[in-house]
Amino acid sequence: MLWETVRLAIIAIIRNKLRSFLTVLGVVIGVAAVIAMVTVGQGSSAQVSANVASLGTNVLIVRPGKRMMGPGTRDTAPAFTLRDVEALQDLPVTAAVAPTSSTSSTVVFGNANVTTSITGTSAAYITVSNWVLDDGRAFTPAEERQGAAVCILGETVREKLFGSAEALGQTVRIKAISCEVVGLLQPKGAGSFGQDQDDLLLMPIRTVQRRLAGNQDVSGMSIALQDGVSSARGISEITALMRERRRIEPGAEDNFSVTDMKEIASMLTSINTVLAGLLSSVAAVSLLVGGIGIMNIMLVSVTERTREIGIRLAVGATAGQVLTQFLVEAIMLSVLGGVVGIALGLGLAYVASRYMVIPFTPDPMVVVLAFGFSALVGVVFGFFPARRAARLDPIEALRHQ
Amino acid sequence: MADTPLIQLQGIARVYGEGEAEVRALDGVDLAIRKGEFVAIMGPSGSGKSTAMNIIGCLDRPTAGRYLFEGTDVSGLDRDGRALLRRHFLGFVFQGFNLLPRTTALENVELPLIYKGLPHAERVAKARLALERVGLAGREHHDPSQLSGGQQQRVAIARALAGEPMVILADEPTGNLDSQRSHEIMQLLQQLNREGITVVMVTHEEDIAAYASRLVVFVDGRLARDEPVVARV
Repeated sequence: MLWETVRLAIIAIIRNKLRSFLTVLGVVIGVAAVIAMVTVGQGSSAQVSANVASLGTNVLIVRPGKRMMGPGTRDTAPAFTLRDVEALQDLPVTAAVAPTSSTSSTVVFGNANVTTSITGTSAAYITVSNWVLDDGRAFTPAEERQGAAVCILGETVREKLFGSAEALGQTVRIKAISCEVVGLLQPKGAGSFGQDQDDLLLMPIRTVQRRLAGNQDVSGMSIALQDGVSSARGISEITALMRERRRIEPGAEDNFSVTDMKEIASMLTSINTVLAGLLSSVAAVSLLVGGIGIMNIMLVSVTERTREIGIRLAVGATAGQVLTQFLVEAIMLSVLGGVVGIALGLGLAYVASRYMVIPFTPDPMVVVLAFGFSALVGVVFGFFPARRAARLDPIEALRHQ
Repeated sequence: MADTPLIQLQGIARVYGEGEAEVRALDGVDLAIRKGEFVAIMGPSGSGKSTAMNIIGCLDRPTAGRYLFEGTDVSGLDRDGRALLRRHFLGFVFQGFNLLPRTTALENVELPLIYKGLPHAERVAKARLALERVGLAGREHHDPSQLSGGQQQRVAIARALAGEPMVILADEPTGNLDSQRSHEIMQLLQQLNREGITVVMVTHEEDIAAYASRLVVFVDGRLARDEPVVARV
């Protein structure tokens, strides 16, 4: 009997293909939006977690200017010097201090050229920032002292310049410098902001200062703390030392910032969660609207099929059987919408994940929930029209034109 | 038991509306129909013949009086109780055929069997047999729109037959048909009656009523005449 009812519902849905499609569109959009939001949200959370790991443990970033909230915000506070780096290195809480001085330039090899971010730094940067050398070596202390023309390539730069050819030992040209490739970095993938972390080239900081930037500035420092030292303690000791070195009066504001990268990452994760939640609730509203659409069409359908209901009642259908028939039809409609929505949502999430370079991690639980919820929409919004059908008077129904 | 009427109406009244607007469609009707009879109900418009038909068919409930079906009082049955009675004992034929559109003849005939809970194979077999009995073998897969009026009414009769009812209730079964088709349909109903099915039919045409064995005439909600058909066709 139930199978018979399901079959009837399928026939009714197929008979009105266009109308069925338009009816379920609301549910399709709602479910697709929820699925896409949640899947992309989870993917980007997973990405942020991976980034937290890739940042290395206990890493602090020191920059001139007030507290930064993202890349590119800076004010006119004086830069650091290599003396600051040495002073911080002597603090007992620090394990390694890597200075950075960044600029952007075109790198040329043969006919290939690529514009990338050039970071002047020390060998310590590789370990502090959790990079791994894929091939070759880091800068030697001698190269760092002399400002030698050597560089280490990120995967994106290597790929663009050399493709499948051997890069190690080759000479690339950066402005007037001919620079030997001594090392290659293992790829890290996209960062928390969706940027390509592998699009970089490392050089000894003195080389960048003297030959590209033409100054003695250190625009930032990445600091690894000793094991067992808390970020809070590291930040307070570094801040104290830097205030002293930069001669900031007691009570005056810092003209530099010390940022715990993990704090930023966890902030990003929570932003992600909030955003996904917000968008999902908008999508849930769309599901509600979709449900109302189903109710509307089912009411129309009940009116249109009044005579059919009369015939069924006359041949002996009970009110419960008529109710079940229309309820099953509403549920079939909304479940159909749910299934299409799930497929569409996963498809959208997949495309978005590809575009945003984040992992595509569909959650079976979310899919099951979306399916269940769309069935629930059918039950809730199908009940009222179905009850109306079941309560029809058979004589009136048979007389209906 | 042998002389228990199949259908017995005792003092049946059906009142619509209240107060000033009160309409007494039936006003104290006593009528007994025995198994195997072919009863034609006639009367002018508003005489209560359709109301009586609806009450006999358990589509409606009397306001007062008792309705005994095979000796059992069914006037107090609720909606579902009446639905079950219709499902197992009654078959309906309407003036407007009332077939499901865009549904094949076979599926239309299967309809009451679905509610009887028969498995698919058995339903198809019974529905085919019923269509054969009304002379529509070979038309099983036609849509109502592909059938003539007479054929559609045959499908409707087959649908009424399929549930193996004790009574077929026909409400103006020939009202939408030309006279040639009307007589064919009446011959079919007569034949089914001969095979043992009780038939109760509402009509307003004398020559159609002539196929019945007994004529009942309603006037103003009361039984005006109840007599055997003398010049039976």
